[in-house]
Amino acid sequence: MSAVAPNPRVRLPQRPGAPANVVIEGARVLDPAAGIDRLCDLVVRDGVIGGDPSGLPRLDGAGLTVIPGIVDVHVHLRTPGKEHAEDIASGTASAAAGGVVTVLAMPNTQPPTDSPSILGSLLERAGREAVVPTGFIPAITVGQAGESLTEHGDLADAGAAALSDDGVPVASALVMRRALQYQKATGLLFTLHEEDMGLSGAGVMHEGVVSARIGLAGIPGVSEAVQVARDCALAGYEDARIHICHVSARETVDEIRSAKQRGVRVTAEVTPHHLLLTEDAVGDDPDPAKFKMNPPLRSDADRQALVDALVDGTIDIIATDHAPHPADEKDNPFAEAPFGVIGLETAFAACHTALVRGGRMPLDELVLRMSTRPAEIFGLPVPTLADGAVANLAVIDLDAVDRVGERPYASKSVNAAFVGMELAGRVRMTLAGGQDVYRRAA
Amino acid sequence: MSGRGSLLGIADLASDDVGRILDTAGRFGEVMDRDIKKVPTLRGRTVVNLFLEPSTRTSTSFELAAKRLSADVLSIKGTGTSMDKGETLKDTILTLEAYDPDVFVIRHPQVGACRLADRYTQASVVNAGDGTGEHPSQALLDLYTLQREVGPIAGLHVAIVGDVLHSRVARSGIRAFTLMGARVTVVAPPTLVPRHLAEALGAEVSADIRDIADADVVYVLRMQLERMGAGGFVPSLDEYARMYQVNHARLRPGQRVMHAGPVNRGVEISGALVDDPETLIEAQATNGVVVRMAVLYDVATGAAGGSGEGDLVREAA
Repeated sequence: MSAVAPNPRVRLPQRPGAPANVVIEGARVLDPAAGIDRLCDLVVRDGVIGGDPSGLPRLDGAGLTVIPGIVDVHVHLRTPGKEHAEDIASGTASAAAGGVVTVLAMPNTQPPTDSPSILGSLLERAGREAVVPTGFIPAITVGQAGESLTEHGDLADAGAAALSDDGVPVASALVMRRALQYQKATGLLFTLHEEDMGLSGAGVMHEGVVSARIGLAGIPGVSEAVQVARDCALAGYEDARIHICHVSARETVDEIRSAKQRGVRVTAEVTPHHLLLTEDAVGDDPDPAKFKMNPPLRSDADRQALVDALVDGTIDIIATDHAPHPADEKDNPFAEAPFGVIGLETAFAACHTALVRGGRMPLDELVLRMSTRPAEIFGLPVPTLADGAVANLAVIDLDAVDRVGERPYASKSVNAAFVGMELAGRVRMTLAGGQDVYRRAA
Repeated sequence: MSGRGSLLGIADLASDDVGRILDTAGRFGEVMDRDIKKVPTLRGRTVVNLFLEPSTRTSTSFELAAKRLSADVLSIKGTGTSMDKGETLKDTILTLEAYDPDVFVIRHPQVGACRLADRYTQASVVNAGDGTGEHPSQALLDLYTLQREVGPIAGLHVAIVGDVLHSRVARSGIRAFTLMGARVTVVAPPTLVPRHLAEALGAEVSADIRDIADADVVYVLRMQLERMGAGGFVPSLDEYARMYQVNHARLRPGQRVMHAGPVNRGVEISGALVDDPETLIEAQATNGVVVRMAVLYDVATGAAGGSGEGDLVREAA
């Protein structure tokens, strides 16, 4: 069982705001974890679900679906250090526009988020700026350098949501083992970008047919899988819990499946872009850098393996790896452009279009994988539509189709891999932390 | 070929395009036998040679080609990456665009750089080598050389030997040879062949040097020591030479040998073979100029429509 009791020490600050008051009339209210699926009016009074509807503003919910809001455990808010790409306010506004009610931010900032004091300043700033409740994932090692552990105990006390050296995986198995051992004292989950940097070498895209064709250096799928195999072995040995970030390769799926069968306490996420896109995008587009991210888009066989693994539960959840970069930095030859794509605003629509409309997964299962399960795995408050819960929900027009990129992004950056695609599932309203944080007219 | 008339890679060409360029090169070849080796074909046009990675033969042959076509030539050499220069490739292109050039000839250390440049200029772009991507003018001059010295390409068997992984010459060459109907076998250490090469480019792959025996042409690739970095692609150059060097002992009579240069004597090819006049190496260098004249003419005049056929090789006034 990889879900844990909510960790009361995790801090998810949000800027102050008036509590939401609204009656969503005649919508489909869907919360599979709470066993709710009915057409009804949903009342939100003083930021809490339920209560007396009289005198509240009304929203015509005909044709709309209310779901527990999305919990995205893998975003980059670029603060501190790269606020020109994103900051807490813009990144969380982007989340709200995507129906996301909680985000966890990764530590590969400048400087890295690797001390209780930096964590404290980010939490304080989020308490002033964050549109949705925002938690932080500090680094496992000082400076993400892979040598000495950060103060895991103090970070847990200060409100860390988990620990990760995202983007710069812990190279030393010994250091990783020490970190896993320390989990018994802190309870903090490790969320791991898995990559053998030696195997990846100078690679900039998936090592496959397209890289062979166009001559770009490849990152093999096994670069991810060997590190996952190592960390699953270590986690099994230490009886520690680990979470694997953005699984991209079918070889990795095999490793996770095998580890789970052995009883290793491992969970895993996949991004919408890895579920929808392949290496072919890099080969076919005149502006291929918009498809550059790490891990890279892989072959269609990999993509199908990821979808299958998500469907069968080998991969537990969806997370975006929302990674903003300024357009000027992306506008370089492929190898020089930075890794990463934004994703908060399109995650639900992309997955709804590909998985639900694509016939691979019912809507209630998608809600579990984007909202309930991520919260459970990270020990966060689970968004629910049950009476008495703080309103953390998204109101969605499942049939409305948007062409990605036609509207400006709430994010400061525009490096979206889905640009030009038509995706079904328009977020009409987001309530997060009991506040009314996003509205869009039909 | 892209709409405006750029040459970004052999991947963009059809066999008709290749045939047309080689025919044009042949006509320019006749000019080279004259006393005055200059034609007015591109008079009044501006060719910018932008070489952001070291090059001798490609840059000089493009420069000479442009001059023999009477174009105004601007040659710019710089160091590799945009980071070093503090200016992005995009900005460099936009700056030079102010001079209203007709053709950019670009060499750059990164794959896709010419395609990026092509998005930001009204001029034609000729890829003179983009990292480990493509080197289409080299492949065209190789075809031209084979056609003249050996005969029709269709039906030939070409063995490409050596560091395919780092080789834009190989990537363009495999495409060009197969496009024109040749069969290609890559012979190389397994560490120096991209995974999925066979599927990606339609070449057969072997790790055994004896598999060159069946080839009509043996194309030797330079060991790109500067691109190898760490990682030990081969245990040693001595061992590489013992296992994969192309030399007289491994060739049978009648096999023709090519190399795009510069050669590492005693590594991928024996010194004696380099000096053997039976190889096509010198012809490749010689043919570089006329083929690059044909490439410049083709992109600058949108020659797919055949403009100014009569003026093509008229002597300069």
